[in-house]
Formats: sequence, structure tokens, C-alpha cells
Amino acid sequence: MSYELLGITVLWTFLYGYLIVASVDFGAGFFSYYSVLTGQQNKIHKIIQRYLSPVWEVTNVFLIFFFVGIVGFFPETAYYYGTALLIPGSIAIILLAIRGSYYAFSTYGSKENRWYMLLYGATGLLIPASLSTVLTISEGGYIEERGGQVLFLWNRLLSSPYSWSVVLLAIVSVLYISAMFLTYYAARAKDQNALEVVRGYALLWSGPTILSSFLVFLGIRSQNPGHFAGMLNLYWMFAASLICFLVAVYCVWKRRSYGVAFIFVMLQFAFAFYGYGAAHLPYVLYPYINIYEGFTNETMAAALIAAFIAGLFVLVPSLWLLMRLFLFDAGYVQGSGNSKKG
Amino acid sequence: MTQYDPVFYSRMLTELTLAFHIIFATIGVGVPVMIALAEWRGIRTGDPHYTLLARRWTRGFVITVAVGVVTGTAIGLQLSLLWPSFMRIAGQAIALPLFLETFAFFVEAIFLGIYLYTWDRFKKKTTHLLLMIPIVIGSSASAFFITTLNAFMNTPRGFTLEDGVIKNLQPLAAMFNPATPTKVSHVLASSYTTSAYILAAIAAYKLLKGSDHAYYKKALKLTVTAAFVFSLATAAIGDLSGKFLAKYQPEKLAAAEWHFETEREAPLVLGGVLGQNNEIKYGISIPYGLSILAHGTPDGEVTGLNEFPEDERPPLYIHYLFNLKVAFGMYLALVGFLYLLRSRKHRGRELVPKWLLAAIVAAGPLAMITIELGWFFAEVGRQPWILRGYMKVADAATTSAHVDTMLLLFCLLYLVLGVTVVRVLSKLFRNYDVIQEMISLGIEKGGRR
Repeated sequence: MSYELLGITVLWTFLYGYLIVASVDFGAGFFSYYSVLTGQQNKIHKIIQRYLSPVWEVTNVFLIFFFVGIVGFFPETAYYYGTALLIPGSIAIILLAIRGSYYAFSTYGSKENRWYMLLYGATGLLIPASLSTVLTISEGGYIEERGGQVLFLWNRLLSSPYSWSVVLLAIVSVLYISAMFLTYYAARAKDQNALEVVRGYALLWSGPTILSSFLVFLGIRSQNPGHFAGMLNLYWMFAASLICFLVAVYCVWKRRSYGVAFIFVMLQFAFAFYGYGAAHLPYVLYPYINIYEGFTNETMAAALIAAFIAGLFVLVPSLWLLMRLFLFDAGYVQGSGNSKKG
Repeated sequence: MTQYDPVFYSRMLTELTLAFHIIFATIGVGVPVMIALAEWRGIRTGDPHYTLLARRWTRGFVITVAVGVVTGTAIGLQLSLLWPSFMRIAGQAIALPLFLETFAFFVEAIFLGIYLYTWDRFKKKTTHLLLMIPIVIGSSASAFFITTLNAFMNTPRGFTLEDGVIKNLQPLAAMFNPATPTKVSHVLASSYTTSAYILAAIAAYKLLKGSDHAYYKKALKLTVTAAFVFSLATAAIGDLSGKFLAKYQPEKLAAAEWHFETEREAPLVLGGVLGQNNEIKYGISIPYGLSILAHGTPDGEVTGLNEFPEDERPPLYIHYLFNLKVAFGMYLALVGFLYLLRSRKHRGRELVPKWLLAAIVAAGPLAMITIELGWFFAEVGRQPWILRGYMKVADAATTSAHVDTMLLLFCLLYLVLGVTVVRVLSKLFRNYDVIQEMISLGIEKGGRR
């Protein structure tokens, strides 16, 4: 495998990791706030907090890893995306900042503050919407280079039905992934009340998720025919994604194997996400940056990959420890006495 | 008023974000060390007060970490958004430390999450303390990596630039450039000092307010002792930094000292005002001072500012930043020294006089101001370069037309975050008084003080 391909695969994997953990996080924040609004707070709020508290900081790192990595491997992206994305990028930063800090304020500081909860609940849906526009932009047609200046075509982005369908997909899939995870978590916690609520959410959002996926799939045909042709060549990946979706929903519908169901949710998005990404290659930003021309120095690439492998040796055991202690520890999940916070 | 200039606004926005972030970053680097110290002493002495100290510090620490994380994310993204041309080059030359920094941060984030929720989970108390090691290493390592990046901007090494294309790249040479040793050690030591003083200021404030509980006295002793040691280290490294500047960035040192003519036996000027023809008025001149600072000998030759073309000189106001930062640094070391002197003299009944308590309370915010001053001095001192000798700031900024609006938006964001963080922190500690907590934990009996 060439350095270029290896680099983009690593980055894409981290973006996929972010997609999953951030969706759980964003959706959970929203459900948590929604439960306060509808008076079901005591049913699901606790279980959400118990999962989110130890991991919220880790979620953020996946994103930072991705954008530091992409500038490292493909410095040209800093130039094009950097110049063009000032406004959407800044808005995303502000949303992330509000969400991250108000999460901490409401969890560790003023626990009863509804206003703080609203801020982090609401931003949870706006962030995926704003981040997903970057994927739209990468399809090409929204950035133009004129006389040495990189311009971002706002009007075209805002008036494009394709871009809105991506936003729709981002929001509904956040809610779907999150609800599916919480269903599994509630089942592990043996919390019947919470399970009923979040299972309802999971089934409710499954339909819109798959529908908007089709919408985006078809939308790419007119947006970027080359990409669409690439996706058709990889049709089996999208078919596999659909099958995984059906298995996951079936399990939840039949009230069994919630753990397996969530694995199939992850597979469903893995197939779709990698299929989408593989078909987009070699372009990182159509048609300005492709992975072969915009690649960093060979020496730097080798150093980055070495650092990445060394980093994995530290990262994987640490993540494993985190999951052992909080995700797969029956005592902690069920909230038995010895898990008070400091 | 002024014409729209993306370079100017990009600089303002970067300054604003960094100045805000550095407060939380400093706490993020230094406070884990103090928490570890307190928990360790708690285990060693079996004194529950120290353990409680660690717990309460941790509780406040999480809040500051959250703001540190989000502002750190902001600066990470803003680098590309505001300085795309710089990042195009930097991405090739110094992606390695940036990349490693995220790993260090990752480790810190994971173990902080674990640490917070496992206070009562392990049978052996030391197991919980061990979790602190990756947190301390992670936070200090991210400071290390990100500072090497800043050091690179001051003394770029490890590549050659041919027609805007980077050749002959050596990632490690870029990372371990001449500025790295002094910069990194100065950043680490000053972060430890500042964090220790902030925690000391809290304890001193409580004692000043009339509480005379042993808990606060122990807290004061632990923090001020640590702060004193760290402040000495900071000062010693600061001296080395002066010698580094003389050799590698003489224009920064010369501008900081208003030193125009190259000469031997150069004096050091404190304070003063600069006249029309660059003559210094009202300054206090210390003979040979600058030569000693720069070379360690009274007759060392110090390069003057006149050796540099005018458009490559840093602004002269950095003299004040430099003076203030050094003066405050001295104050911090002095306060620690006085405290230790007194507590040696009055062994057993350590009654700290009010004026000294007040001086310690002042040391907390002052230490943070010193950090800000130091960074402003270091950054403004390398103007007009973004990559000294390679790329000027003006050529690196974005050309986007909306930086001014973004500056306003971020001003608003930091204002809101700053106000809330202060509110949340003060509420957190006021609502759950330490005495109350000790009673509920069974360390202290109810009813008594």
C-alpha cells in the first residue's frame, strides 16, 4: 500500500471513529435535554450521564486527530479548505466550544441548570449539520480559485438540495446511532424504563436514516458523476450496509441481542462510509486536491506513520482500559455504590 | 476608521484565542502535578486532608480542562483557517509534533476520565494515584510538543526552501531546533509555578478570611513550597533563554532591551521612556547587565538593533513586557522565599502574617499575568516574521473578507465562556464547603470547627 493510501485510510478511520463516538455523544446530549423537557428525566438522564461522563473528552480528540492528521499528510488541504472555510469552520468551532464547556458546566458544576443543558443539547444537533457541509464541499463545485484567491461559493451551497440532504442525513443518523447505543447500554444496565424509551427512539429514527441515505446516494449522481460511478462499482458495500441496517433494526424490534444490534449499526455505517470514501478517491477536494499531488514530503509521511504506529501502542491499551472500566463493567453500568465520582 | 485588513484581524483573532487558551492550558499542565503531589502526600502520611485536597482540586480542574480542550480545538482549527499559507509549509515541516501532541492529549483525556470516576474503586490506594502518571505525562508532553512547534517558528531548522517548495526535510531536526530546550523548559516550569500559586492563593484567601483550619494551612504549605521550587527553576531557565536569544534571535533581545548599537560591556536598562531619536530617558541602567545576561561575562559583545533592516525589527514596546515579566517573576520567587523563611523560624505554630497571606493571594493572578506577558513578549518579539527568516506574517494570513466579523464572534464566545467558568467554579466551591465535606466524609466531627 502506498504512503498516500495508507495516510488517507488512517485519517478516514479516525473520522469514522469520530462519526460513531460523536454521534452517540451528540445524540445522547439531545435526548438528555429532551427528557428534561418532557418530564422523563429520571428515566433516562442518569444512564446517559453515567456513560457520557468519563468519555466526553476522548470524543473530541478523534476530531482533532483527524484535522491535524489531514494537514500533516495533505498540507494543500490547509490552503484550500483553510481559506474557503473561514466562516463555516469558525461556526463549527464556536458550536463545539459551547457544547464542550457547557457539558462540563452542567455535569460537574451547576447540575440543575436547564439553560446549560439546552446549550449543550441543542448544539449537539447543529455540530453534525455544520461539519457535514465539509463533506458536501469536498464533492466540488463550491470552491473556486480565481486569480490566486480561493473563493467559497456560499449561495451555491445554501441553495443546493444535495447539501441539505447531507445535513438531514447527518442529523437523523446522529439520533439513530445514539438511540441504538443507548438501547444497548440500558439493556446492560438492566434498566427497563430507560430501555423502553430509548428503544422507541431507535426505531423511530431508523426509517428517516435509511431514507435520507438513499437521498444522498442519488444526490451524488448529479453533484459529482465521477464519484457516483465509483460508488456503483462498489455497489456491494452499500448493499452490505443495507443488510446490516435490516439486521440491527430486526434485533431491536424483536427485543433481543442489543449488543449485536449495535455492532451491526457500526457495520452499516462502516460499509457506507468506507464505500463513499473509497469511491471519492483519489480526490480529497474535487478537483483541486488529490491524494497523490497534494501529499506531504516522503520523509514527513514516514515519520508520521511511525509516530502513528507508536501512538497506537499507547492508545489501544488505554482505550481498552477505559472501556473495561466503564462500558463493560457491569457494576459501573448498573450504577452500584462504588462508582461515585470524586 | 481603519481599513479592513485581513492580516491585522487574523493577528488579533489569533492573539485573542491564544491569550484565552493559555490561561486554561497553563492550569491544565500544572495542576495535575499538584494534584498528584497532594494525593501522594495523603497516601504517604495517611492524612485524609491531603487526599481531600486532591479531590477538591480535581473537581475544579475538570471544569478548566473542558474550556482548555475547546479553546485548544479552536486554535488548532484557526491555524489553518487564518494562516493557510503558513500551514501549507508547516504541514510539511512540523506535522510530526502536532500529530504527537494529539496522542499525548488522547492519553491524558482517557486517563483523566478514568481518574475522575475511580476514587473509591480500587482496593489499593496507590493504584488510583498511578492513574495520575499518564495524566501528568500526557499534559506535559502536549505542552512539550506544541512548544517545539512554536520554537520552530522562532528558529526554523531541518529543511531548505526552494521556490516555495520544501526540500531536504529532517523532521527531528525541525522539532529539536535551537529554541526547543529553553522554550520547552521555561514553559513547563512557569506553568507549574503558576498553577501552584493559583492553588496557594485560594488557600491563602481562605486563611485571610478568618478560617484557621489545619486543612488550609497544609494546603498553603504544600503549594507555596512547590511554587517556590518551581519559580527558582523558571528564573534559572529564563537566564538561559536570554543567552539563547543573544545567539539565535539577537533582534528580539535588542528590541527588548532598547539596545541599538552593537557593543561590549552593554548595560541593562530597566523601565524608562524612549525619546525621539531612540535615546532612553528615566531608565535605570545596570552596568554590564546585558552583557552578563547575554553571554555570562561583563565584556560580552551584544548585537544592536541597528544591525537589522528597519522592516525586520520587532516593535520596541516589548521592552515593557519584558521588564514587567521579569519583575513579576522576581516577586513570585521572593514571596515563596519569605514564606519558607518564616515557617522555618516559627516551627510548630505556623501563623502566617496577614501581609504575607495577602502577598500570596496576589501571587496567583500575578503569576497568570506573567505567563501572558511572557507569551506576548515571545510572540510580538518575533515580528514581522511568522517563520523567522523564511516567511513574514503578512504573507501567511488568509485573504478572506470576513475575519473582522469572526473576531467579534469569538470575542463574544470567550466573554461568555469566561464569565460562566468563573460563576460555575465559585458556585461549585461555595455550595459545598470543605468543612461540610469533611463532616460528611467522617474526617471531621459535626458541630466543631
